[in-house]
Formats: sequence, C-alpha cells, structure tokens
Amino acid sequence: MKITEEEVRHVAKLARLDLTDEEVTVFSRQVGDILDYVDQLNSVDTQGVEGTSHAISVNNAFREDKAVDSMDPDLALSNAPEREDTDIIVPKVL
Amino acid sequence: MELHQLTIGQAREKLISKEISSQDLTKAVFDRVDAVEGKVDAYLYLCRDEAMEAAREADRALGQGETAPLCGIPLGIKDVMCTKGVPTTCGSKILGNFVPPYDGTVISNLKKAGAVIVGKTNMDEFAMGSSTENSAFKTTKNPWDLTRTPGGSSGGSAAAAAAGMCLGSLGSDTGGSIRQPASHCGVVGLKPTYGRVSRFGLVAYASSLDQIGPFTRSVEDAALMLQAIAGYDASDSTSVNRPVPDYQAAIKHDVKGMRVGLPKEFFEEGGLSPDVKNAVDQAIKTMEGQGVDVVAVSLPHAKYSVAVYYVIAPAEASSNLARYDGVKYGLREQRDSLIDMYHATRSAGFGPEVQRRIIIGTYALSAGYYDAYYGKASQVRTLIMDDYKKAFEQCDAVISPVAPTPAFKLGEKTDDPLTMYLSDIFTLSANLAGVCGLSVPCGFSSDGLPIGLQLQGSHFEEEKILRLAHHFEQATEFHNKRPEI
Repeated sequence: MKITEEEVRHVAKLARLDLTDEEVTVFSRQVGDILDYVDQLNSVDTQGVEGTSHAISVNNAFREDKAVDSMDPDLALSNAPEREDTDIIVPKVL
Repeated sequence: MELHQLTIGQAREKLISKEISSQDLTKAVFDRVDAVEGKVDAYLYLCRDEAMEAAREADRALGQGETAPLCGIPLGIKDVMCTKGVPTTCGSKILGNFVPPYDGTVISNLKKAGAVIVGKTNMDEFAMGSSTENSAFKTTKNPWDLTRTPGGSSGGSAAAAAAGMCLGSLGSDTGGSIRQPASHCGVVGLKPTYGRVSRFGLVAYASSLDQIGPFTRSVEDAALMLQAIAGYDASDSTSVNRPVPDYQAAIKHDVKGMRVGLPKEFFEEGGLSPDVKNAVDQAIKTMEGQGVDVVAVSLPHAKYSVAVYYVIAPAEASSNLARYDGVKYGLREQRDSLIDMYHATRSAGFGPEVQRRIIIGTYALSAGYYDAYYGKASQVRTLIMDDYKKAFEQCDAVISPVAPTPAFKLGEKTDDPLTMYLSDIFTLSANLAGVCGLSVPCGFSSDGLPIGLQLQGSHFEEEKILRLAHHFEQATEFHNKRPEI
C-alpha cells in the first residue's frame, strides 16, 4: 500500500475535505495504484535536468500604472452567498 | 442538406448570399436540439432567447454587408468558459448557482465576430475525465452509439457538433479533452499551442496545460474558429504576443514535400486496437499519395506522459481549486465556524474524481514528497519537450492515433481511474510540451464508430497541421458521414 489510510485522512484535512471511512478506504487503494504507476518515473535518469513548469517561457506581465475602469462592486459581488453592501459575510473565524 | 448539418463555411455562403438568414439557421439548430437532446444530453443550459436576439442582430449586420466569418453562426460553448449572465457550472455542484459577471475573452471575441451562442455544453466536472461521466448533472451519449461515451472532458461540445446541435463549438484541452472526444464523435478538434488563445475567463483546471480550441465538421471551419479566438490578451499573463496568421489561406497551400514524423513508440503501445491501427496506416498512405514524405521520429519519453501528467495536473488542480471555499461565490454549506464551512462546502460540492485529484495533488506537493513527485515529474516533462524539439527538426508534424480505441461503453471504466487515465496516452504529451495538436476523422471501426487521426505541430505552427488535415480531408469522405439519430 503506497499511501496509508492515515495519510489519506491527513491530506484530506490539508485540502479541507471531509471523507467518510468508506471514501478513505477507496481513495487509499485508488490513489495508491496511481502513485505505484507514477513510480516508474524513478527509472528515468534526470540528473542535471532542469524542471519545466511552463512549456512556453512565461514572464511577469506588467501593465502601465494607470487607473482603468473596473467592474461595478454590486456586479462583482453578485454571486456572494451572503453579503451586506460591499461586504461578504462569513461564519466566525475564531 | 438540412440547415443544422451545414458546415460553417457552407452556412456562411448562404448567409452572405441571403439564401438563408441567421434566424432560419438558429431556429433550425434549436429544432434539432429539441429533437435529439433527450437522447444525447449534450447541453447543460440553452440560451434560446439570447440566441434568437443575437441572430436578429447578425441578420441586421449581414444586411449591411458584414462578412465576418462567424457572423450569424450558432455555436455551442463548453460550460468551463465564463459567459456573462449565463450560468457557468463547470459540470460541478460547487458552481451550480454561479452566473459570471463577465465574458471570458474567447466569448467576447465570438460575440464581436457576430456568433450566436446556442448554450453551454456538458463536461466532466472541472474538465477532469475522459468520458463526460464525471459531470455532476448528466451523462452525455455518443451520437454514433448511445450506449457509448462521447469521450471527454469536452464530450458535450463534441457530441453537439457531431449531432448538428450547433455548427461548431468550443472545448478546452488539458490532456486531450478536445482531441479525444473529437476522435470518438467523428468531428475535427483542435488544441492550439499553449499561449495562442487567451485563457481569461476559462475556469482553471491545470493552468500550465489548459488551452481552448474548436470542434467543427470540417478543417476549414476549425481554421475559421481559431482565427476568431487566437491572439494576444493582456488579461492572460501566459498569452503570447505574436502575429496571428491567416489560417484559412494557409491551409490551402500545397502539402507536396511536407514531412510527417511517425513516432515508433506510439505504435508499439499495447492496447492499440486493430481498427485504429488500420485507419491510421491507411491515412498515412493517403498522405503519401499527396506527396507528403513520411519519416521516422522518436519520442522516447512520451511513454512517461501519463505518469508525469497525473502528478502535474492534480498538483496544479489542488492549488487552483483551493478557491472554492464557499466565501465569494458558488455553493456554501452554512456552518457555525469558517473552517467547518470550508470542509462542508468542499465535501458537498466536489464529486469523487475531483476529490481524488485534489488528494493526489495535495499529497504530491506536501512536505517530504514534493521533490519525489512534482520535482521529478517536471524534470521528465523537460525531457518530453526536448524529444518534441528534436522531432520537429525532422518533420512538420507528428502523426499518430488520437486514442487507442474507438469510443468505449458508458460505465466501462468508471470504477478504475487508472485505466481511464491510460486511455489518454497519445494526447497528454502535447499538453506537457505545449505544442498544438488536432484530430481529423480518418475512418470507422468494424462496428461503425468514428476514428480520428492525430497531427501534432510545433509551437505556433497550427497552419501546418491544419493544412495537412485539410488536404487529407479533401481526399477522403469520412467527414461527410453523419451519425443517424
């Protein structure tokens, strides 16, 4: 078993997911199979090879420091689950 | 031919000559949708009123001499692209109630071109899947055989284009999600080079791999649609600022003396169905007959694509999908504390495949595993890119199958994610390398299912693969066959 049920529970907590016991068992098996498959990468010699995060070279895209019209706040917040004027209401943090 | 079956090129001629109006065409498409949607389930949302209004507007413009290629043409849009005032769910419950306050750049471009948006098409949740069975809302069927999948993740867009429920459509391709369903549904599907088409307003899955492209019923139509959506966009920091060629003109140039590269590794792959192999072999002969030279190339690291992809894509996804927390938009499962609300919202909103990939990605990025998984995968990604660079020194396009088999049965692979992932073996490497690729119909299996041929081109060389595909299409009849439904 490549990834234990305990590890699945831990990772799920990091990702803010609640899993049922049954989901933990199934994910542990399925994710384990996938990680076993991924292990074949260890047979590739990558000594001295730079990693690639983007296939096309990506640079910071700056724009001129000039004020432009932006979206109306009412429209921008139109999908908020709960709001008051231009504030989004959330449950208590602490 | 019935109006809903016309290619964009054919419809355009009739619109410009005033033989038909965009309202006639749009109505014919909605009649077709009404007749077959119950069987195909391609759409998540239909924009009837907005579409008829856009058609009236297009007719006015055409009346004043407008000749923009997509003016008055009814198109379907994968539900991963933001459409102002029209629900955009990404096939997920977590965005079930989301109505974007803006249009993605591709949508603005289509609207500027006068296109008519028919509706939003079904997809695997967050574009994660190869069969469209991971949609939270419905399962799209393959118009050629309703017991089979249309492929995925852009299955709704592919099925809609194949079944005449639009004249063309947009999809997105992160690991084959345009090319594979195009192959399974017998239409043309193009994944442009990374950076060619703006991703602004495309809901992110794996940002270094995602790219938007068209589904059409001819290669020329794909060129027309690419023309309308390609180009630099300051709103997408990965958009590349370089001139957009005239694709429609470029595809007509002769193919004599062009070179296609045959990667031997792609044909040694186990599980390649004899029908697919025969169709691709025949296609190569057809091209040779047109004066195209075939050369042997090698992509020795392509066989690691599935392993590399299923580290990198989930890693990027786990980070991208962290934004769905019930705070700013989308689903909220109300709880007394913020952390409990996060957990409840994400667990209720994401389906099993999305949760699985978030877990893989979070694990691969977590302390102690980062170098072993993400670091290693990104190094092998470099080797895959280097292979392509070498191959394109020897040829104009790499030729291969799109998928190892024709469309598989609904439910056939849903219990075994790894088997589903392995069906993407021929398409993933193009995304990892950022190169362009397309699928063009090249045959049918013994039981009548369509088969696609894949042509991959170097960065920003869409003209070459479109040109080869166009000439191949002109010499064959596969694209003229439509599913009986």
